[in-house]
Amino acid sequence: MNNAKQGPLVHIVKRGALPRWKAWGIRLIAIVAALIVCAVVTMVVTGEDPIQVYATMIDGAFGTTRKAWNLAQSTAMLLGVSLAVTPAFRMRFWNIGGEGQVLAGCLAAAACMICLADKMSNGLLIAVTAAASIAAGAVWAGIPAFFKAKWNTNETLFTLMMNYVATQLVAFFVIVWEVPKGAGKIGIINQATQLGWLPPIGGNKYLLNVIVILVLTVGLYVYLNYSKHGYELSVVGESERTARYVGIKVDRVIIRTMLLSGAICGVVGFLLVSGTDHTVTTTIAGGRGFTAVMVSWLAKFNPIFMVLTSLLLAFLDKGAGAISTNFGLNHSFADILSGIILFFIIGCEFFISYKLSFRKSAKKEADTNV
Amino acid sequence: MEKKTAAVKMRNITKAFGPVLANDKVWLDIYRGEILALLGENGSGKTTLMNMLSGIYFPDEGEITIDGKEVVIRSPKDALNLGIGMIHQHFKLVDVLTATENIILGLEGKGRLDLKAASAKIREICDKYGFDVDPDMKIYEMSVSQKQTVEIVKVLYRGADILILDEPTAVLTPQETDKLFAVLRNMRDAGKAIVIITHKMHEVEELSDRVAVLRHGQFIGDMLTKDTNAQEMTNMMIGRPVELNIERPEPVDPKPRIEVKDLTVRSIDGVIKLDNVSFTANSGEILGIAGISGCGQKELLEAIAGLQPTESGSISYITDSGEREELLGKDPLAIADMGVTLSFVPEDRLGMGLVGNMDLSDNMMLRSFRRGRSLLTDRKGPRKLAQTVVDELDVSTPSISTPVRKLSGGNVQKVLVGREIASAPTVLLTAYAVRGLDINSSYTIYDLINRQKKSGVAVIYVGEDLDVLLELCDRILVLCGGKVSGIVPGRGAKKRDVGMMMTKLGGNKADE
Repeated sequence: MNNAKQGPLVHIVKRGALPRWKAWGIRLIAIVAALIVCAVVTMVVTGEDPIQVYATMIDGAFGTTRKAWNLAQSTAMLLGVSLAVTPAFRMRFWNIGGEGQVLAGCLAAAACMICLADKMSNGLLIAVTAAASIAAGAVWAGIPAFFKAKWNTNETLFTLMMNYVATQLVAFFVIVWEVPKGAGKIGIINQATQLGWLPPIGGNKYLLNVIVILVLTVGLYVYLNYSKHGYELSVVGESERTARYVGIKVDRVIIRTMLLSGAICGVVGFLLVSGTDHTVTTTIAGGRGFTAVMVSWLAKFNPIFMVLTSLLLAFLDKGAGAISTNFGLNHSFADILSGIILFFIIGCEFFISYKLSFRKSAKKEADTNV
Repeated sequence: MEKKTAAVKMRNITKAFGPVLANDKVWLDIYRGEILALLGENGSGKTTLMNMLSGIYFPDEGEITIDGKEVVIRSPKDALNLGIGMIHQHFKLVDVLTATENIILGLEGKGRLDLKAASAKIREICDKYGFDVDPDMKIYEMSVSQKQTVEIVKVLYRGADILILDEPTAVLTPQETDKLFAVLRNMRDAGKAIVIITHKMHEVEELSDRVAVLRHGQFIGDMLTKDTNAQEMTNMMIGRPVELNIERPEPVDPKPRIEVKDLTVRSIDGVIKLDNVSFTANSGEILGIAGISGCGQKELLEAIAGLQPTESGSISYITDSGEREELLGKDPLAIADMGVTLSFVPEDRLGMGLVGNMDLSDNMMLRSFRRGRSLLTDRKGPRKLAQTVVDELDVSTPSISTPVRKLSGGNVQKVLVGREIASAPTVLLTAYAVRGLDINSSYTIYDLINRQKKSGVAVIYVGEDLDVLLELCDRILVLCGGKVSGIVPGRGAKKRDVGMMMTKLGGNKADE
């Protein structure tokens, strides 16, 4: 078989541009394949019926109106942070400090709600809170941007470290504002008066969040693809030298874009504290700053696709939770399933750019997708 | 020449990249004791073919035999085991290591590493063929030609006797080229098979024993060099007869346009890049800049374009009515705001002049996107401009929404030049405008530059091919180590003299 005269069994050939429906077909096949592999793994490892496991996942995510709204809220918040990091990513500025920027926004919102509640009208308080959150997020992102622009520091490390600083700041202020003393947590802020709380729309406390994030999605899409700023930041991301060559002020663009990035994180922080949680903890951002990196990459930095990718990740998370409670499996098993699904989704991009040619049937395109 | 058998036979070699057939059933024979010049325009598949021989790509179809035996070359390592070594256009050397360390890097050996024995063997190779390289010198201390020598010695050290050189003279001065050719002839006489990929006809005629021509991925033919001439080879490459003379109209009403005085530039590490450079560029004239690569050409153009911080001196722009405006210390935006339309075709086309991942119309927008008060960009104007450039300069592209990095070198350059001249400049700076371009595209570019000259633009043309500089430019400024070595008229200048001026301040005069 392994005759020296023969070429390698498989070799990789670059494809030309694939029509869009074919690319999506490959992605669909990848998801189906992922579900099959997950089913096999589930049966072998746990002995449970995979169909039931999947049913539980779907039920856990969409089963009741409450669950569906929970999912919508998770998706919206994840999408919000993903939107925030995207302009920076388009500029090839690896902002992995979304977590810290959200926390800064949350902390500012909580501070306003606690300290200013009795000093102004509720409407004004909400406006001030929103402004403070946005400003706090922007500042938190602006610091690493300034250092990058002036001294070309490494933005990845810098934004990462800013996360820890933000966490510690929150931890500090939780003790300052703890209620009751010694509890180690803030509890619900202004529970009796509901001062600084965003009003629910039609009795639904999540609807406003979802609307705000959707508006942001469309706005950011337009900003990135059609505005002069969006064009400038893409040029800076592709090549700083080209940007300088046409007279774009690179440091100004870096700072401006990161201020925007941080400001959107601030909005998410504001929605989390004023809109839904009405408190602040060190874990309120829930790792979304990091998951957002994946959401943004999976969607190829396109805000509209991010609606889908954030929904997928939020769904996997909720579904995984449901499996672990219903089947008495621990959360790690659910994570294994999420991992397998993501592996296939990311891996299938390879088959969109390349195809495999097999030795014997070199002429027939081997369109294997897995 | 007695009858020889081919060392390498490539038969029916086919390779596709996506929908593009880079090689289509190509036949090629390579003989020992012969220098074969592989000719073809950009995108004709020369490099792809050689990459398959050296194991970088694997052919989709076809067979390769070496000394009569059919072989399969799966990797560069396989190729080396068969005695095939390729010297690429871009050197693959580790800067902080010495020549010896680079040469033995990646070789598996038994026992302790014996650098001394290795350097001795390298010296032996150098003496045999006449290479001039110090095995203990670090790569970063070397000139481009020395680095190239290291690359060649590297493949020889590994026992290659079939050598492929991809455009080896693109980075060399005439003197260095002569040296390289002497070495290549020595290797040929020692019985090695040598393939060089090149665009330059006079090099083919001077050096090679045989030529093979590819066009659009297909093998057109091969013949002995002594039986053919430049015109015939060019016609084979292009597929139809072409005119090989560069036009040089008389300058139109030349008036000083850019005056550079005592310009000194230091790099970030404090090295002097330009040293008291003074000259005047006139309107309606092409001023050529010659020099070994890295002699300050890049800094000079970038200083005029407002991209290079300078230490001292002045750069004045002189308007038609004789008013002077200082360009120094202004960035490109400020220069444009002064009403000076200065176009710049930089050396690094995709890294500076264009954005590779953006499509044609987005690249057209680079210069114009600020126009208008709207926060949103105007997409129609650039799209129209892109279409005009594609039509007028005959850019071959699937559409104007194709990312420019997917275009071939010649087409990328047409897009860049097209955009730069669209703004009706008064000054046009070009750096290596035809580097890597095939004959056809090169002549299109010369023609475009000449048209600018005729319409009264002051053109500064930095070039590396002395033959072209001597044919195209009205005056030639020669740089040597950041200093002006002399300014000679383009008409009647001798190539040898300019070559001397490039290596020594003032050229021959310094000797006497």
